[in-house]
Amino acid sequence: MVTLTAPEAPTVDALKEQAVDLAVSTVRELNQAIHTAVDGQAWTVTSPGGKHSLAVGIDADINVTIEGHAGYYAAGMHQKGDVTINGNAGVGLAENIMSGRVHVTGDASQSAAATGHGGLVVIDGNAGARCGISMKGVDIVVGGNIGHMSAFMAQAGRLVVCGDAGDALGDSIYEARLYVKGTVASLGADCIQKPLREEHLAELAELLAAAGRTDNPADFKRYGSARNLYHFHVDNSTSY
Amino acid sequence: MCGIAALQLRNPSLHPQMGSLLSSMLCQIVDRGPDSAGLAVYNTPGLVSPGTSTLSLLGKDQGMTTAAITAGVAALLPSDAAAAARVVGDTTLVSAAVGTDLLVKAVSETLPAATIIGRGEHVAVMKSVGHPMEIAAEHGLEAMAGSQGLSHTRMATESAVTAGGSHPFSVADDLCLVHNGSFSNHATVRRELKREGVVFDSENDTEVGARYVASRLKQGDTLEEALVNLGKVLDGFYTLVVTTADSMAVVRDPIACKPAIIAETDDYVAMASEYRALAGLPGINNARIFEPEPGKVYTWSL
Repeated sequence: MVTLTAPEAPTVDALKEQAVDLAVSTVRELNQAIHTAVDGQAWTVTSPGGKHSLAVGIDADINVTIEGHAGYYAAGMHQKGDVTINGNAGVGLAENIMSGRVHVTGDASQSAAATGHGGLVVIDGNAGARCGISMKGVDIVVGGNIGHMSAFMAQAGRLVVCGDAGDALGDSIYEARLYVKGTVASLGADCIQKPLREEHLAELAELLAAAGRTDNPADFKRYGSARNLYHFHVDNSTSY
Repeated sequence: MCGIAALQLRNPSLHPQMGSLLSSMLCQIVDRGPDSAGLAVYNTPGLVSPGTSTLSLLGKDQGMTTAAITAGVAALLPSDAAAAARVVGDTTLVSAAVGTDLLVKAVSETLPAATIIGRGEHVAVMKSVGHPMEIAAEHGLEAMAGSQGLSHTRMATESAVTAGGSHPFSVADDLCLVHNGSFSNHATVRRELKREGVVFDSENDTEVGARYVASRLKQGDTLEEALVNLGKVLDGFYTLVVTTADSMAVVRDPIACKPAIIAETDDYVAMASEYRALAGLPGINNARIFEPEPGKVYTWSL
């Protein structure tokens, strides 16, 4: 017969920086540890080696720094905390982020911040295809370029691109606001350029500052929904 | 889902480590394709030698001893051709100092049921069904030297899990192709190529891609042109890596759903499905790392 005993309460020192070396520890151990972490803790993760699902499911005000490149779905399902990846991130960075901040100093692969509901995702380098696909309130600031089909079916939030955007930007967009400093290869269905008014310059300045960037908001163009696609129009009644 | 890991060594001092480096990359892409796997290695001493053609045959058991294969092939070739057959892992290699066409003829006559999975002066191709690392170990990849290496782990979608359906597909001298994805119009392109007289070994969609590239190269295309033309003719999802005696090419379809990442240093060019396969390479922290852009053909030559 096995006697089950209650696990001991974690006795972690909130002020002491925690270190996890993924050459020694497993990804499961890292994620379990940060799920039981308490507010104010700081974590440094070394030897990430492109492993998948690093620092996913954070739900506390903690700081996690990953020293190196991360694989797929890094900082996914993120809430409250702050994750910095000093390197590149693979597919699905900060997927479904709810709040908090995720910062990648290098490039991010495709589908960065997909379906994000809130929080801020900062990518200093380039982002691949489908950046901000189905974004639902997240703010994304990309220092470099973004790939094709970015902000596809975007519903809410802001996407700031300091470089160029690939083909079909904002295809089938609902209500997100997109700011691009460089060129846009092509706009997707129902995505149009819109005037950059004072309130847009102000929110852009705020987003750029939050991302630690010094770009001039006046250099950007704004894109958004023409609202033709998702409103029923009687002329299209025979199409349904 | 499939996994790809490919390595071109620019610095000859790394040639002795080709197999161990490729093996370390391969072990990180096993999850992506655990059902079968294949390897192509270039200029590997013991498998190929300059001035000699080598054919790679599927399976170690060809129904006769290697001595009998050697004798059978030698009898059909000039006396100074120095024909030789040997078994490496689950692959039979037959070589002789003649052109590949002549060697193919002699091997086909000696072993009418054999499937030729690799041919050329520089390349040896090995593939099988099972765990990729066991296949690599059985063939002794870890200890192989060489100038280039290509590996593939397969999760079959378009045709059966068979050794013949494993990648790479090597259908012309020193040419190998591996594929992550699926071609949707392969049956149509297969029919067109068959009309042009191309003969197929399998029902696999990737073989159609390989035969198409070989057909374009034969018509005078450069490797880059052949892959641009492939993009016009073959429809579907793909990340492809193509190797020749002295070059390597990577191309993704314009939708670019299938992953690819490249690391380039003065010493090597490495491509893999995921970064974790590159993480253990020497000098990776100072490599230029990037994802190939959709629809763009990248080539590197030695």
